Amino acid sequence: MNNNFEPEIIAYCCHYCAFAAADLAGTMRLEYPTSVKIIKLPCSGKVELIHLLKPFEDGADGVFVAGCLEGNCHYLRGNIRTKKRVNYVKSLLKEIGIEPERVEMFNMSSSMGPEFARVANEMTEKVRAMGPNPVKLKGEEVVK
Amino acid sequence: MIVAERKPMEELLQMTAPFGKILVAGCGACVTVCMAGGEKEVEVLSSLLLIERKKNGKELEARKHTVERQCEPEFIKDLDPRAEGVEMILSMACGVGVQYLAERYPKIPVYPALNTKFMGGPVQQGIWTEKCGGCGNCILSLTGGICPIARCSKSLLNGPCGGSENGKCEVDPKNIDCAWQLIFDRMKNLGKLEILAEIQPPKDWSYARDGGPRKIVREDAVL
Ligand code: SF4
Ligand code: SF4
Repeated sequence: MNNNFEPEIIAYCCHYCAFAAADLAGTMRLEYPTSVKIIKLPCSGKVELIHLLKPFEDGADGVFVAGCLEGNCHYLRGNIRTKKRVNYVKSLLKEIGIEPERVEMFNMSSSMGPEFARVANEMTEKVRAMGPNPVKLKGEEVVK
Repeated sequence: MIVAERKPMEELLQMTAPFGKILVAGCGACVTVCMAGGEKEVEVLSSLLLIERKKNGKELEARKHTVERQCEPEFIKDLDPRAEGVEMILSMACGVGVQYLAERYPKIPVYPALNTKFMGGPVQQGIWTEKCGGCGNCILSLTGGICPIARCSKSLLNGPCGGSENGKCEVDPKNIDCAWQLIFDRMKNLGKLEILAEIQPPKDWSYARDGGPRKIVREDAVL
């Protein structure tokens, strides 16, 4: 497996905590991979199953959702609901032979800039070790 | 409503494997409410099929469309333009919807994406239970509105059996309430225990499926 590849990762971040944390990470000049693409949502609970699957269809190597700390969701339970959806999508990916670890859920508060940088790095390293999304690999073969 | 759940992906992948162009057809009624075959589930299943195909370096054209109800010819007409040229239709409706599609498209194989389970309803979001067995001769008036046909594991008419313990059914004490305990409690609350003292004769199952496939004709409504 090519370990030098730069994994493309989609990060769904809630407005109140995770996005603010990502912003703070930037302000603090903390480094995290540029290949982590952030999508801002009003609440992590906005994430539906299809939002977690579509990126894989289009060749993303990993997806994570970052919401508020449990108990601190601005919409009370959005992050708890999405955690269950993330787990369900893991089981769906497993059913079609894709590593379930390519999708994860993280929690952080708006002041946890370093935590955002840490999970972005952690996810990138984990996915790098797994290798590219097989969809992309085979797609390239087809093009050749 | 009719409650169903998606078949395992392994089975669905096998079903769809020979085809390159398919239509994934959802239903906007019962299976939307029980989160098995509505618009969202059509999106999710199509995406899973597509990811799996691409993963193996193959292609798939999955058209998606959800109609109001698949169990009425009037509504499934909407699928006609989408069904044009597809090699198979994967219906995400209950078994009834699948059969209506099969009737409408004699030249296209129509496969079921769901396992149709029972007539019932939600206990809470995400949990559904069986409530009625469609026996054709409803006796809920005798049992306090709790169906012993569908909800007693043995469909007893004069329960409970000896396996009823602490309100639970011996068939699966963790998951099944004893229907006859529920019936007893309810009738006691209603002050109608004397109804339960009457012995019910064996049920005439000819009103149910035992009399062959059933049909209802309402002359006044027939056009
Ligand atoms: S008695 Fe028959 S019709 Fe009535 S709820 Fe039970 S199964 Fe359904
Ligand atoms: S324990 Fe209750 S529900 Fe179970 S079979 Fe006996 S009477 Fe029916």
